[in-house]
Amino acid sequence: MARTVAAFKVDHFQFLGEDGKLLDEQHVPAVARDFDRLTDLYRLMTLTRAFDKKAIALQRTGKLGTYASSLGHEAAHVAIGAAMREEDCLAPMYREYGAQFYRGVKMSEVLLYWGGDERGNDFSSPRHDFAWCVPIATQCLHAAGAAMAYKLKNEERVAVSIVGDGGSSKGDFLEAINAASAWKLPLVLVIVNNQWAISVPRSKQNTASTLAQKGIAGGLPSIQVDGNDLIACLWAMEKAISAARAGKGAFVIEMLTYRLSDHTTADDARRYRPQEEVDQAAEKEPLKRLRRYLIDQGAWDEQREQELVNECTQFVQQAADEYIDTVQNDPQPVTAMFDYMYQELPHDLVEQRAYAEQFPEDGGHH
Amino acid sequence: MAKITLIEGVTMALARAMEEDPAVVVLGEDVGINGGVFRATAGLQQRFGDERVIDTPLAEVMIAGMTVGMSTQGIKPVAEAQFCGFTMPMIDHLMCHAGRMRNRTRGRLSCPMVLRFPTGGGIHAPEHHSESPEALFAHMPGIRVVMPSSPSRAYGLLLAAIRDPDPVIYMEPKRIYRWQREEVEDDGEELPLDVCFTLRDGKDVTLVTWGAMVKETLQAADQLEQKGVSAEVIDVATLSPIDMDTIIESVERTGRCVIVQEAPRHCGVAGEIAANLADAGIWSLQAPVKRVCGYDTVMPLYRNEMKYMPSVKRILHAVNQVLEVS
Repeated sequence: MARTVAAFKVDHFQFLGEDGKLLDEQHVPAVARDFDRLTDLYRLMTLTRAFDKKAIALQRTGKLGTYASSLGHEAAHVAIGAAMREEDCLAPMYREYGAQFYRGVKMSEVLLYWGGDERGNDFSSPRHDFAWCVPIATQCLHAAGAAMAYKLKNEERVAVSIVGDGGSSKGDFLEAINAASAWKLPLVLVIVNNQWAISVPRSKQNTASTLAQKGIAGGLPSIQVDGNDLIACLWAMEKAISAARAGKGAFVIEMLTYRLSDHTTADDARRYRPQEEVDQAAEKEPLKRLRRYLIDQGAWDEQREQELVNECTQFVQQAADEYIDTVQNDPQPVTAMFDYMYQELPHDLVEQRAYAEQFPEDGGHH
Repeated sequence: MAKITLIEGVTMALARAMEEDPAVVVLGEDVGINGGVFRATAGLQQRFGDERVIDTPLAEVMIAGMTVGMSTQGIKPVAEAQFCGFTMPMIDHLMCHAGRMRNRTRGRLSCPMVLRFPTGGGIHAPEHHSESPEALFAHMPGIRVVMPSSPSRAYGLLLAAIRDPDPVIYMEPKRIYRWQREEVEDDGEELPLDVCFTLRDGKDVTLVTWGAMVKETLQAADQLEQKGVSAEVIDVATLSPIDMDTIIESVERTGRCVIVQEAPRHCGVAGEIAANLADAGIWSLQAPVKRVCGYDTVMPLYRNEMKYMPSVKRILHAVNQVLEVS
């Protein structure tokens, strides 16, 4: 005879509809009425999108290398950054600029990284955050390790890591869940599920109804939110982070959104993805609904929108100029590749560094 | 006969192998409808179906581990890792399983599998996309390592790798994926997995290299010829095992050797070749063996990547050093 020894459910949270109306006026988190804050975050989401457009333009004109767009992910990313304290630690993947801008990473630094210059990873702040992480999902374990460090040092700090739907197929992600569950770590793992792992759609990655349930399997409280609803993303992040900070252990949040761009500028999604699907997803994008909501609530208007757009244009242009100025007028010399290999350069590298200096402008044979 | 590129040689060999052996299965991230991020598997899923050209979840450990499993049970998997940097988590399955399976089961099980992936720098790719980790794989017992440098060698060596009864790492120098076009007949002829290719005959110095550095090495040989120096150029092509006979025979005639590798110098394949020369070719050498390598640093991001990689100038600098010794 069988008896049920465990049963699970995954809750999905959404407060702001695609039409910019609250789904249920009676049941909304307090942040839904905090218009100053929402307006600030809306401004950052708009700025992030303007940055994205600029970065792609730079890439298309040969001034930037391959770039991973964040188009459509702005609510998820900005909410992650906004829910964290400065002393918390972010272990990102490679497209969460909204979270990083909130935390103090400069736009020119993002451009330097994708522009092939190591100085991009040397964030002006926060100095303790992890650099971008291209190998996929490895950052989840680094965040778990950071959380372990805070626990051992008795610090009230939380580590946050972001992974994609694709990355949730990797062992590193599942191992982070397991470790966080075993040791009750102050960790928040966010799956920004944008439905596509380059050309492989969510439906072909596995048949689980949600990705959040992978957290449940490991023993962590796990929820799913509408990743295009800033209010839901922020509410969930704050709930998870405050629980983690209070010593209640880790949390998994799946944010459902959509990758409106190609995977990177080196990709062409038209090869594998129908345009109708992208068009439908664009209807649900996060900025439009938040703007409608703020306008309806009298917290925003067309004039402020226009001013913001102009400000953003100027701001991203300044960042681009700063980036171009650095790579053109202050390029890293050949010796730069040696200077941070060890705290003290070993003798064999001292020799190689001196040899490399004989060929300072080498390598024009691309 | 069509003139094809190196990457088209890969595609042609994959199609040929799938055509002639129903056990051959291609798997990897984005290899299906997308045809691979470099188009190496373009058209294969349409032709052979999604059970033989399998888009995997994003999980390299899974790809490597399942490739080991499939290969022991009558499937011939040809797995793709999207970039060299993403092979690092696969090492557990290669080192601890693929390379040992035949030995530890006394021949009861074996791993006739291929793992192919693009390697090397020079295409302005993002971080972790430009390393040259061949020495890591060449150091693993029980595994063959191959790196073609021309369309015909891409075709012939991949066919041999797929038909080989043991695991083969097949590394594709992506900087020269589309460098040269060559007439290659789709005749199913394989090339040996343990023989070097002499690309140019010479009598004054032997230049030994492989992969994308073949390009700069041949250019250096051209420049040397204008100065009256005759350089022999050898493409090693199979990095494990290395055909030392061909290299030693050449050095016996030239008395001088420069080895060019894109990978970091320390514990690299160039060092292995130099050690073999010290062992079996020392009496023929008239000058020290020189290596021109990438630096023992992290591969820089793209803005400085060409400063990292051996250039024609650096190769000539080393050749001059060995020629100066009389």
